[in-house]
Amino acid sequence: MAIEVRIPTILRTYTDGAKAVEGKGGTLEELIGDLEARHPGIKDRLVDGAGLRRFVNVYLNDEDVRFLGGLETPVADGDTVTVLPAVAGG
Amino acid sequence: MLTISQDLVDRIVAHARADHPDEACGVIAGPVGSDRPERFIPMENAERSPTFYRFDSMEQLRVWREMDDRDETPVVIYHSHTATEAYPSRTDISYASEPGAHYVLVSTREEDKVEFRSYRILDGVVTEEEITIVQ
Repeated sequence: MAIEVRIPTILRTYTDGAKAVEGKGGTLEELIGDLEARHPGIKDRLVDGAGLRRFVNVYLNDEDVRFLGGLETPVADGDTVTVLPAVAGG
Repeated sequence: MLTISQDLVDRIVAHARADHPDEACGVIAGPVGSDRPERFIPMENAERSPTFYRFDSMEQLRVWREMDDRDETPVVIYHSHTATEAYPSRTDISYASEPGAHYVLVSTREEDKVEFRSYRILDGVVTEEEITIVQ
């Protein structure tokens, strides 16, 4: 068992085109670190110095992690993490 | 080039007029690979602002999953400008994140005239495209 991470089109350049990849970790931050080890460059698209990037939505199962614990959100085998770039502009 | 039905154009414009002076936004989904906008999905502007829009994150998850289940993609992503021309702003360009989408801009700055234009936005480069309206 692992954590399934669903990757949006715009980030599939980091995953050889894969729509979903697997990862592991006890928190979202550890999971992103694990992804970075196999998909270098992806971390920088998800986080910056202040935490999760403002215009990237990350969901744990059915919840936006911003309403959970952000990067500290606990994750476990069997969870699904979905990444969606925010649709926004001016 | 964007090919879109008159009915969908009318619905986008009606949504933009209804939410004026705030910006309106939404998606038109279509079958993967078809480049054909078919299913109109008006979205909530979580910012409720005359100068900014952002899809509500939970609504976006629901809609994106539904498109996934139906083998659809966001063929059109539209929003309105309420005081400026229907051309992508700097923030529109920097946050554009669906490389396959037609970005439709509508301006409601004039009450009796509609500006309806479509663009590709890729890696910070904006390319306006022709629109063919079909019945």
